[in-house]
Amino acid sequence: MTDVLASKVASPKAVLSGVTADHTEGMSYLQTLPRRLVTLYLPLSLIVFVLLFPFYWMALTAIKPDEQLLDLERFNPFWTWTPTLKHIDKLLFGTHYPRWLMNTMLVAIAATILSIVASVLAAYAIVRLRYKGAQWVGVAIFLAYLIPPSILFIPLSTVVFQYGLFDTPFALILTYPTILIPFSTWLLMGYFKTIPFELEECALIDGASRYQILTKIVLPLAVPGLISAFIFCFTLCWNEFIYALTFISSTEHKTVPVAIVNEFVDGDIYRWGSLMAGALVGSLPLVVLYAFFVEHYVSAMTGAVKE
Amino acid sequence: MADLALKQAISPRSIPDVGAWDRLKVNHNWLALWFMLPAAAFLLLFLAYPLVLGVWLSFTDARIGRGGEFVGLENYEWLWDDSVFWLSVFNTLLYTGVATAFKFAIGLYLALLLNHNMPFKAMIRAVVLIPFIVPTVLSAIAFWWIFDSQFSIVSWSLRKLGLIATNIDFLGDTWNARWSVIFANIWRGVPFVAITLLAGLQTVSPSLYEAATIDGATPWQRFRYVTYPLLTPIIAVVMTFSVLFTFTDFQLIWVLTRGGPANATHLMATLGYQRAIGGGYLGEGSAIATAMIPFLLAAILISWFGLQRRKWQQGESND
Repeated sequence: MTDVLASKVASPKAVLSGVTADHTEGMSYLQTLPRRLVTLYLPLSLIVFVLLFPFYWMALTAIKPDEQLLDLERFNPFWTWTPTLKHIDKLLFGTHYPRWLMNTMLVAIAATILSIVASVLAAYAIVRLRYKGAQWVGVAIFLAYLIPPSILFIPLSTVVFQYGLFDTPFALILTYPTILIPFSTWLLMGYFKTIPFELEECALIDGASRYQILTKIVLPLAVPGLISAFIFCFTLCWNEFIYALTFISSTEHKTVPVAIVNEFVDGDIYRWGSLMAGALVGSLPLVVLYAFFVEHYVSAMTGAVKE
Repeated sequence: MADLALKQAISPRSIPDVGAWDRLKVNHNWLALWFMLPAAAFLLLFLAYPLVLGVWLSFTDARIGRGGEFVGLENYEWLWDDSVFWLSVFNTLLYTGVATAFKFAIGLYLALLLNHNMPFKAMIRAVVLIPFIVPTVLSAIAFWWIFDSQFSIVSWSLRKLGLIATNIDFLGDTWNARWSVIFANIWRGVPFVAITLLAGLQTVSPSLYEAATIDGATPWQRFRYVTYPLLTPIIAVVMTFSVLFTFTDFQLIWVLTRGGPANATHLMATLGYQRAIGGGYLGEGSAIATAMIPFLLAAILISWFGLQRRKWQQGESND
């Protein structure tokens, strides 16, 4: 529909490594070091510091002993010489935290797989089958992407109740795809468009069915796109809050974000250590995934605005 | 030999009957129906239907546990006279306006900085994106601790520097709370804006800057007349998304303030949740959610037509 932006966005690899459009050095050699220090390194390190400080603070709080947490006068708050695993130990063995992690993982993986299967089929049909009205379906899917969960959760809660899914993992597994399918269909449509049509024509002449073309030609070529869609959907699921807050009421079915907010907030003045440990452990899976697939994340993000 | 082969090829037995079923199998529309079915089922059952149902609920007096009767515009009339609702509209607009403006400015600045050549470039770019990856709720909890009224590290540092005498009550005071949640939202949104704009910046050829410099352009002119026009289409899309997600934000507010103090940070989404799920008044909550739709439509239309205009100006064909 709008390929207008396709040429306006660099490839994810280039975004990270910084190869410029025509592979020249640009004019950076004209700048002297002191000038670069003031105009580039100083503001950049300031912004990066602000962006990363909450994570440092989260991690530090998670390993600080209780007495140092609340006594800012006797101990330097920015560092601790006596790290403790007490909070993390309490988290893993004194609460339902492992259960919540498992719930989140289960819901995220199930919803992601469902969405990817549905999106692959839909994206392929829109891009390659060119059926009647395919263009309009493409526009409709883009619009669905723009409908936010916060205007849907109230009617959706009555729907979930009617279908008898309330307070089960299925309430989340079946509703998360509505957030994920529009996004991943849109992303995969972009990938499928880049696969030469001639390959499919060859396969058609050789007598392959549409299903065979999809599984043996298109999907192997679209693996980078599939990985991008998969990890991004997984991240969105892990991040989702409002549906999980509304549709799940019992402690043992909660996901990590909801459980941390609702179950850890008691009157205990020393709760900060375990709260931060919970936030840290809940973020780690995504950060590890991100570390391995940085390029795919960037490609998913730029892909989302590209098409 | 050739004769023989030809004869065999045209013998009627080798051409299979083409039945209705075979025709159907290669019919694009028929095939597409099956390919679209899973996605369509999800989107119709859990997206389109609830969307319509939400608008319908806003005209009823539904409560949790019982279906409602049609009451016409009563919910909207009730909201019209409700000062808390108008406060939430004001908060939402303030939140969206200020946060989006800052996200755009800082994001663009950060993208321009990251576009320079420097050591560890790839690593710095990857690290910048981390706030976007970590679940909002979990980073919001870190902010909750940073904004604590007694043990805030920000208050402590400022006190040690001698800039303030007493701790700042970040989340307990009306305007402090508003600025605090806006700050947390900007913090969370800047990486997305920066990295997507950086992807756009990468395609701008350095030779354009060289040409502009030779023509005597100042750095500001280079930005205003080279970078900005080339970046406009992607800015339009990124900012639409940014406005959309900021306007409908829920998580951050819910974790940090739950709408308090004295409703000072209630957004329309959090107020809708509080009325519908907390209070049980589904009809009223739906009316608040439905009231968000016109704002969202306006945001989408503005960016959409902005985008179309650009396309036409740059002489690209419509596809």
